[in-house]
Amino acid sequence: MTARVHAELEDAIARIIDRAGEAGLDFFDMRFEICPADIIYTFGAYGMPIRFSHWSFGKAFHRMKMDHDYGLARIYELVINSDPCYAFLLDTNTLLQNKMIAAHVVAHCDFFKNNWRFRDTNRKMVWTMAAFAGRVRQYEQEYGRDRVERFLDAVLAIHEHVDPLPDPDRGAAAGASRDGAQRPGGRAAGSDQDPYGDLWNLDRYIPAAAAPAEAPRPEGAGPGARGDASRGEPPRAEAGARGAARRPTRDLLLFLLERAPDLEDWQRDILSSVRSESLYFRPQLETRIMNEGWASLWHARIMRDLDLTPEESLEFARMHAAVLAPSRFHLNPYHLGLHIFSDIEARYGTEKLFEVREVDTDVSFIRNYLTRDLVERLDLYLFRKNGDRWEVTRDHSDWEAVRDGLVRLISNCGFPYIYAEDHDYQKRGELYLRHGYEGVELDPHDLTRTLPHVYHIWGRPVHLETVEGDRPVRYTYDGHEVQRRPL
Amino acid sequence: MAVRFTVTSEDWSLHRQGQMDQERHQEKVREAIKNNLADIVSQENIITSDGRRVIRVPIRSLNEYRFRFNWQKREHVGQGSGSTRAGDVIAREDGTAEGPGRGPGAGDMPGHDYYEAEITVDDLGELIFEDLGLPHLDPRKRPDLTSRQYRWEDVRKQGLRANIDKKRTMLEALKRNSLRGVPRIHPIIPEDLRYKTWEERYRPETSAVVLAMMDTSGSMGEFEKYIARAFFFWMVRFLRSKYDNVQIRFLAHSTEAREVTEEEFFTKGESGGTRCSSVYELALRLIEEEYPPGEYNLYPFHFSDGDNLASDNPRAVELVKALLEVSNLFGYGEIDGHGAGLSYYRSSTLYSLYTREIRHPRFVATVIRSRNEVLDALRAFFGPREVAALAGREER
Repeated sequence: MTARVHAELEDAIARIIDRAGEAGLDFFDMRFEICPADIIYTFGAYGMPIRFSHWSFGKAFHRMKMDHDYGLARIYELVINSDPCYAFLLDTNTLLQNKMIAAHVVAHCDFFKNNWRFRDTNRKMVWTMAAFAGRVRQYEQEYGRDRVERFLDAVLAIHEHVDPLPDPDRGAAAGASRDGAQRPGGRAAGSDQDPYGDLWNLDRYIPAAAAPAEAPRPEGAGPGARGDASRGEPPRAEAGARGAARRPTRDLLLFLLERAPDLEDWQRDILSSVRSESLYFRPQLETRIMNEGWASLWHARIMRDLDLTPEESLEFARMHAAVLAPSRFHLNPYHLGLHIFSDIEARYGTEKLFEVREVDTDVSFIRNYLTRDLVERLDLYLFRKNGDRWEVTRDHSDWEAVRDGLVRLISNCGFPYIYAEDHDYQKRGELYLRHGYEGVELDPHDLTRTLPHVYHIWGRPVHLETVEGDRPVRYTYDGHEVQRRPL
Repeated sequence: MAVRFTVTSEDWSLHRQGQMDQERHQEKVREAIKNNLADIVSQENIITSDGRRVIRVPIRSLNEYRFRFNWQKREHVGQGSGSTRAGDVIAREDGTAEGPGRGPGAGDMPGHDYYEAEITVDDLGELIFEDLGLPHLDPRKRPDLTSRQYRWEDVRKQGLRANIDKKRTMLEALKRNSLRGVPRIHPIIPEDLRYKTWEERYRPETSAVVLAMMDTSGSMGEFEKYIARAFFFWMVRFLRSKYDNVQIRFLAHSTEAREVTEEEFFTKGESGGTRCSSVYELALRLIEEEYPPGEYNLYPFHFSDGDNLASDNPRAVELVKALLEVSNLFGYGEIDGHGAGLSYYRSSTLYSLYTREIRHPRFVATVIRSRNEVLDALRAFFGPREVAALAGREER
């Protein structure tokens, strides 16, 4: 980038920042860094300028680079939730592209700073992650690359299963365990004194407890009966005996951290660091539609207020349209988010706009503000596979079903709920997991390949109960093979 | 307070994390390919490729497995251009789109992150051939027969009298005389003289000969022919990539044997009965006429379905023994497409006959029952000797 272009970009960003401030956006100090494509792809693949090394990031990096080289996709920018806020621009972008992106990321930063889900995020995560990256390198030297890599493989396989919201009963759950107190990592018991604690955790009870109870059981004696008897009974009986003390948790990483019997310190560090990275990224997954919609809304407005030449206006229009192009096969969050926000402003005024960006996440955003009119106008629909065809199942005339279908898809960021129920199943130190089945089955192929990863961390047999074809089934990995048993 | 900002372009050239992890990923892809080599080796698209193609091999172990929903069984959200109705088909499984608009491109549909590695046949060969070699190769054979060649490489102003380059000398004289206004070749003065110089080059001559013999009779079914060709496909590539100086002769036989071109060998089939002795006779004749055993490392390989004319068997055994007298190794590969193994039904095959009658340290026989045993056969013949010996013993 020539000095002249650099100076021009600096001037433009100054105006963009002024304009954004006037419009009411409220964001951290900004650090714009101009980088070559390779660096942008690295950050895109890792989600951060420096993160621990793992082959899966290399795989993602390779794919992004290929997509770029074949002209399939481009990343123009990357913005990091931090204070000051780091934004990385591609050095091959045109000046106009960089202007639009600057306007876009300033709005992202406003969102990071103001949306409630980001309030507790670590704004110095850049350094935390860099420090962890250094420790992983050290572990590799100390314990061997293959061992560290194998453990990272296992942790990454379940890294999505954290509980993003503080659970007042966590301490109690850990303390109530038979041997929780013996473990140095275990928390102290006795914090379950809040009489309203149950209320906060209603959503945690329901899927885990209700689903299996309602699911039909195979009848008759023989293996089925035996399986039933040896099944979830001990934990359930125990749960009854101890009242509300035992809670299933969907924070698998925390559960393993506190209870996996044979973890070494470096493994604990990895488990807990990957968990905090997951928690750090979590709000971004929960607000993808809002965040992209918000940034698109503001980049459009700010750009309109800049004095663009006719050529620049045309280029901007083209770029804006490309970002917002809808797809027949999945949702474009930029497009949907922008339309919902515009609709909110038209109906309730600008002040409401800022309130929504503060108090909602995608699930409530869709539930509250995706109207019949929008579903019709945007021609949203649900589709599914029928034989060898992908068929539309609900169209906009069934708008509530479409809205609810979308909410289902983005609930828990699209991940299934997996609850850790028992750390001492059958009194043999086995781990019992339960899928909080809500009508959508798990992929059995991936499931049988993920269980061994959990086993690697736990070190003893691991069970997962789920529902297939309306019947409960249990998968078990004992260190040698995965077995599937109908219950 | 006003928001502050900076715009900088740092030097990121030392930031290589992406590339480094990508290398680790590629390393793992290689490992995964190596672990699945037996399956990949006999893939149809490789054997029928021209050998230059990039092939795609599914690498399951490098997918990042998660607990996730079965996307085939769940509803997804899409967005149309205004008139989408329930019941509309937006795509078919084979990827063709319905109606207007573009079809789902790769990765456009809801679906799996399914990893396919790309690898060239040459790279794949490298992995397969890593620990393969011609067994019992005697480097002393024909060492002095490496032919010496002279090539006139340069023209200089000094040199040996006998090496005067007459043409260049006359041209120089002509040039010089012309400059003085007299365009002719004499007089020639010492400055005009040009000398040729030469370089000595050694061209190693073939010292190993592989005789690829294949049964192309009517009893060889699709599977048998496919396996034999898959084996020879890799054998030929292996020999050519590892050795500069191996000659391969292709012999096909039914009741009669004849030498065929490489292309014919890999494409043509025949019909009729089987007389293995015919191809052994041809091999022995070739050796006698062209490859004195004292000068050449000789490797006859014979692939068949084991089904030989019973009356020919004693002669076949005799000739294999004769070949073993002059060869570094004799390899016999029997393809058993019936999966019957060494059952009663198969007890009369060449394999059982040979392994019973021929006790020779350099006789290696192997049975191939499925596609993924092609690699085992390659290893049995060309692998490190201990391994090959084991593989050979297992069959016995």
